[in-house]
Amino acid sequence: MEWTVVVGRYSPPGEPQPKGERGAPFAAPYEKAPPKTYQTFKVDLPEHAMVLDALIAVREYQDESLAVRCACRSAICGSCAMWVNGHARLVCTSKLREHTVDGKVTVEAPPSMPIVRDLVCDMTPFWKKNYSVTPWLENKQPIPQGEEYRVPNAAMEELIQEVSCISCGACLMDCESFAVNADFMGPAALAKAYRYTADPRDAQTTDRLDTYSKPSGVWDCTHCYECVQQCPKGVAPLEQILKLRKMAVDAGFTHNAGTRHADAFAESVRDSGRLNELTLMPKSLGLFNIPAQLQSLPAAFNLLRAGKLPPLIHHAIPHVERIKNIFKKIGGRFK
Amino acid sequence: MSEGNAKSTDSDDRNGKSVIVDYDVIVLGAGLAGMRAALEAARNGASVAVLSKVHPVRSHSGAAQGGINAAIGEGDSWEIHALDTIKGSDYLADQDAVEIMCSEAPSDIIELEHMGVIFYRAPDGKLGTRAFGGASKARTYFVGDITGQALLYTLYDQLLKSGVKVYEEWFATSLFMVGGECRGVVALDMMNGDLVMLRAKAVFVASGGMGRVYEPSTNALICTGDGIALAYRAGAPVMDMEMVQYHPTTLKGSGFLMTEAARGEGAYLLNSLGERFMEKYAPNMKELASRDVVSRAEWQEIAAGRGIDGCVLLDLRHLGPDVILKKLPQIHEMALDFLSIDMIEQPVPVRPGMHYIMGGVKTDSDARSPVPGLYAAGECACVSVHGGNRLGANSLLDTLVFGRRGGRSAASYVKSVTSLPSDAAGEQFLAAEQKRVQGFMDRPTTGETHAKLRLELGTLMDEKVGVYRDESGLQQALAGVRDLQKRYDTVAVRDKGRIYNQALTFALELGYMLDCAETTIMSALERKESRGAQSRTDYAQRDDANWLKHILVTKRDGQAPAISYVPVTITKWPPQERKY
Repeated sequence: MEWTVVVGRYSPPGEPQPKGERGAPFAAPYEKAPPKTYQTFKVDLPEHAMVLDALIAVREYQDESLAVRCACRSAICGSCAMWVNGHARLVCTSKLREHTVDGKVTVEAPPSMPIVRDLVCDMTPFWKKNYSVTPWLENKQPIPQGEEYRVPNAAMEELIQEVSCISCGACLMDCESFAVNADFMGPAALAKAYRYTADPRDAQTTDRLDTYSKPSGVWDCTHCYECVQQCPKGVAPLEQILKLRKMAVDAGFTHNAGTRHADAFAESVRDSGRLNELTLMPKSLGLFNIPAQLQSLPAAFNLLRAGKLPPLIHHAIPHVERIKNIFKKIGGRFK
Repeated sequence: MSEGNAKSTDSDDRNGKSVIVDYDVIVLGAGLAGMRAALEAARNGASVAVLSKVHPVRSHSGAAQGGINAAIGEGDSWEIHALDTIKGSDYLADQDAVEIMCSEAPSDIIELEHMGVIFYRAPDGKLGTRAFGGASKARTYFVGDITGQALLYTLYDQLLKSGVKVYEEWFATSLFMVGGECRGVVALDMMNGDLVMLRAKAVFVASGGMGRVYEPSTNALICTGDGIALAYRAGAPVMDMEMVQYHPTTLKGSGFLMTEAARGEGAYLLNSLGERFMEKYAPNMKELASRDVVSRAEWQEIAAGRGIDGCVLLDLRHLGPDVILKKLPQIHEMALDFLSIDMIEQPVPVRPGMHYIMGGVKTDSDARSPVPGLYAAGECACVSVHGGNRLGANSLLDTLVFGRRGGRSAASYVKSVTSLPSDAAGEQFLAAEQKRVQGFMDRPTTGETHAKLRLELGTLMDEKVGVYRDESGLQQALAGVRDLQKRYDTVAVRDKGRIYNQALTFALELGYMLDCAETTIMSALERKESRGAQSRTDYAQRDDANWLKHILVTKRDGQAPAISYVPVTITKWPPQERKY
């Protein structure tokens, strides 16, 4: 059957330019990405065909100059993540039938990454982030001589979720935190960070947790769940980030805005049964962090002007002692 | 420690020069063999760079699913592993090389574990195994059904740790040969279209197989025999090229691999009557007979009308959701994605499909080719440890053992090379190569397309040089490939850009594929017997008296390639009849 594929084309200045309709610039925070031209192709493929099949058909029989990274065609090599209808997808396992909207599917390089050509983005940011988490085992000593480390299978199984990662970069491409902060370590790299931190054979657990707790680390994730949704392999990077946060806090790395923010939530709920929004921001910043407190004043003023400032007097819910009991039963830092 | 590996392009390092010096060893290919070789060469003091047409983790080693063999457990021994391997090879493997591979396997597995591979554990916390085809003991170590991926990433992580330089998305166009010695590589930096000379005292080819010469194939689109053809063009002989493995369980339609581990975990193969037909063909090992045996059995069932739409069925239902989801999650997902079949509920249609080549660049057990300065390991090489048929889970082992040994051997060799060829020699070679590559770009765009020729080649090979072969089919295949070679000279590159010009690299790849195809067919024609993966309907028996030898093909300028022979090395296992 016939499918319609709209392909975002781009060639750097000085190169032969692709044909097609000039697209509009992207909205913020992607305004740094160059606009593309959009070219429409019709391809004849079976009902169950994938988006990648369509791109390969175009490249082989209609326009040899279409640049597409792909190798395995079966979600193993991780080459072919790109935007499909505005979200990062691995095109080799994205069915045309499921992504055709209003008679067409639109495919382009994600504007969150630098572009090389057509559907090929520059993955340098992804690999740099990967490198930044020290992604290798720092062996616990002594290394057993002539035999393996003895560890329970459950400890290995715990890591297989991250080891399933194929580095396609779909998580980073759609990460909202990365979109506004290029330094954010990002979902895949932090998942990899968890994989080595939680490995019982690794000796650097504490140093790792220290590093990952710094700004642009685990606490910069905003829980938007894009990475969980876009990951084609079920790695669920956010879940690995949450595990890292817990490990870091348990190891005592609490002197950071992220932990204070989480603590302020917990304390407020424990003490009043609900969130005290008025104290949340000051507590997260650190009560004695005067410069930061002053910096937040204009935002507070704007909230006030828009009538969005929370009530100045915070009331506890009835029977709040029952909430306190729950905290006691759970145990941990807020009992 | 540099962040060199994180960079996608390195043009800034070159200061505009098109000749780079300063590497002792350049490794072509960044799969398991290449990364293992690079690590070992670096550990032994060599300056090393890895050059790959894809990022290392995109390499096809990552597609290996089932596991890696080693005789570690109680009741097993490397000698039993060696005998299984030799029997699997139909006695074509060189037994001295097999002895090395099997006896060194345990320490290589342990080393991988120390590097961080999250191998499956037995209840006592030690490494645990699964059963695999052609193996008399359960000696396959694994990570779910993503063993290759787990190993590939661990080695990549180790490569990052080592600081070895990686040229990612650099496409090799030729080996720099001076006076019969290999002294570097000319490669295309895909990010900017520059052709660059990288000089080195030794080049280590680890570029994988040539699966795309066949259509369909389980192999990735990048498996185009580049390194095999580059070495062959540089004068290195290729060996056992007729031995092309068809994997018994590839998915209907797409041809993707359904790991042998499925049968290792207990899956059945059924025909249209619902019979476990392998009971007829291999009464003892049944579904876990060696791959050539199972593939032929499937072919015969299908030919006898007991197939379903050209396939047989792989039935996992009795294994239960727990085993399927925990130990075979990837193939479960693939069957869902590509056929909308949930293997917990339904059997999956599979057929034999081209999967692996046992042959390749002839090397010794230290990965040395007969060409000075040229090394090879992994699927592109032929030691030969797989002979006529490779056992499942021996290929990962092959990459690691001979990658490691070769890396060490290359590091030692480069110490004896006192100087590199002159700048002038390098520039002259590069200029000629630039002219050749530009030739593709300049051809009239009315010529053939690489895509059309590729498909014709693949279909021809699958039809005539597949599970069963005969003289007339092979002659037709050879004539077909010679015709394609002529038409190849008109293949035009319609993309006139410099940056990421895949039309150009695909055209160059097609040239490599045609060399691989020609040597495969010539070897298959030459071997007038049936052994391992070579099943000739016109010579149905194994013929040890005449054919217990390897076939080598060597390129000659201006005339047809030359065929020669090397005897098989037998140490302690004389050839016997093969029964499973």
